[in-house]
Amino acid sequence: MDPQTGVLRRGGIETKLNPYDLYALETALQIKKKTGARIVVLTMGPDSAMAVLREGFALGADEGWLMSDRKFAGADVLATAYTLTEGIRQIGEVDLILCGKQTTDGDTAQVGPEMAEVLGIPHVSWAVELVDVDERGVTLRQPLTEADALVRMEYPCLVTVEKGIFQPNLPSYRRLMQAREMQVHVLRADQCEQLDPDRIGLSGSPTQVERIFTPQHEVKTLRLEGSETESAAALVAMLREMKLWEGGQRS
Amino acid sequence: MTGLVFDAARCTHCGLCVRQCPFSALSMENDRLEVSAACRMCGVCVRSCPQQAIRMEKADQPMLDKRQWRDILVYVEHDEGKIHPVTLELIGKAHELASVVGQHVRCLMIGDQIEQAADTLLDYGVAEVLVAQDPQLRYFRSDNYTAVFAEAIRMRRPAVVLVGATVSGRSLAPRVAARFRTGLTADCTVLQMRENTDLVQIRPAFGGNIMAQILNTHHRPQFATVRYKVMDPAHRRPRTGQVVRMTLNETMLKSRIQLLKTEPHPQQTSIADAEVLVAVGRGIRDEKTLQQIQLLAGKLGAQLACSRPLVESGRFPVYRQIGLSGRTVKPKLILTLGISGAIQFTAGMNQAEKIIAVNTDPRAPIFDLAHVAVVGDAARITEQMLKEMEEISEC
Repeated sequence: MDPQTGVLRRGGIETKLNPYDLYALETALQIKKKTGARIVVLTMGPDSAMAVLREGFALGADEGWLMSDRKFAGADVLATAYTLTEGIRQIGEVDLILCGKQTTDGDTAQVGPEMAEVLGIPHVSWAVELVDVDERGVTLRQPLTEADALVRMEYPCLVTVEKGIFQPNLPSYRRLMQAREMQVHVLRADQCEQLDPDRIGLSGSPTQVERIFTPQHEVKTLRLEGSETESAAALVAMLREMKLWEGGQRS
Repeated sequence: MTGLVFDAARCTHCGLCVRQCPFSALSMENDRLEVSAACRMCGVCVRSCPQQAIRMEKADQPMLDKRQWRDILVYVEHDEGKIHPVTLELIGKAHELASVVGQHVRCLMIGDQIEQAADTLLDYGVAEVLVAQDPQLRYFRSDNYTAVFAEAIRMRRPAVVLVGATVSGRSLAPRVAARFRTGLTADCTVLQMRENTDLVQIRPAFGGNIMAQILNTHHRPQFATVRYKVMDPAHRRPRTGQVVRMTLNETMLKSRIQLLKTEPHPQQTSIADAEVLVAVGRGIRDEKTLQQIQLLAGKLGAQLACSRPLVESGRFPVYRQIGLSGRTVKPKLILTLGISGAIQFTAGMNQAEKIIAVNTDPRAPIFDLAHVAVVGDAARITEQMLKEMEEISEC
């Protein structure tokens, strides 16, 4: 029986592991305990993102892959998702891909589902509980709008996990020391055999940022210093305007 | 060549671009500007360079016949036929966008036994509600919903697809967008239509206080998700549209996700997740006032939170406490009642989108960060607000 492999991805720029990814890594560690899976951590970013993978080692990952190349720069969600799936192809047979809920900077929570689509595998977003795991698949609790669904998926599949699915542990001192010695596989664009240059970086990104701007802030405080009845009426009008109260009764 | 182009002859090595880059993606090495994979092509360096030594170049995109893609498709979020209100907000926005280019609003509803619910959407002037119904579509599953959604797009070729940024919407929209290899902008706060059907999408970006204006000019459809309570809901309009049943086949309906069972949500009471919070402090002294505040919070759909003194006095459980020793919250609105605003408290809530503070002391520090500062007695204000709400409700 082949051991399963968990892959964690992240696409940020910081040199610290995204806090949401800690939950994904902890989920992988729990699965490893049960099934003996091998855990590979994967990220795309500048060479300094190596530190993130070392943090992954310290927490218990077995292998680390960094996709780093100028050609990857400017990637939007689609290009990032595509690039990461090409990285996964290089890693080899992967059963389960675990992602954090979202990044802390982009905050879009889209890369995971897009990767699943590119790979043609099923996915579950924002799993809140790992109900069961075995050699063939995972059973998860997934929140829907008005209910929770218990779902089962067989490998290969992708799961993004909600924070709190497991409580992440701190790395031991011994592992921290060992992590320094561990080798990270660095993957450049020309090392990915089937990589389509039109699908990476800026040219692979359908969305373009036309401009960025600072929103005008009304840091100016509106002061209400009249009678309490007047202030109360003004507040209610304001809450209505903000659609927080619609004039009727809400429970 | 696609990317940043650097003109060494113009560069004076002033280093401004390196300092300005929000992603620390630039460095000056051997008098040459180096760009790392951290670059997001935001263009700040291009604009900041006093010598115009940096250009952004993009290879020619394949020609796209935009006339082949028409109308706006709204994905209908619902729970067994009960339509989520974000859907009406999307329809309202879709009408506005469609009117700029003289096109129609269509809806797509996926589920089981939903035809009646679908029909109610015609009251909002949509030209068509595509209905995909089958017992296998009763609950959301990312794979077969994507297949059905993709079929609807192939049938109608919409210029724009709007999806509510709900738990399932944020799982579904990226998958469908990736299938068409097109762009998706999540959590848009502003959407505008250009005459050539390009959708201007504005969203907060890069975690900071920056807004990004995003376009998807060379691909169709243009996907955008919008959170609940961001847009205005649609008004009723004369019924002119129709409900159209989609023809589905087994390949589309097949899912590799096996649904074992559904369970009602466990009640969540984390103040960190609340969109609206009413926070009370030392200034609230008696139980009667607290009850009134609870009533007010109920009307606003708000959760109740507190500052430290109320936890220490045992009147509130610790999980409701905001601040350095409690939770950090970032709601759309926080109404603070009788809280003076010590830094230990404000550190846990100063990221709130809107802060309304009520306090008797006109110089309370909370007023320095409040958007609305109400000088007055919180108990009296609460009482008057409830009275005012009652009067409005009776009208």
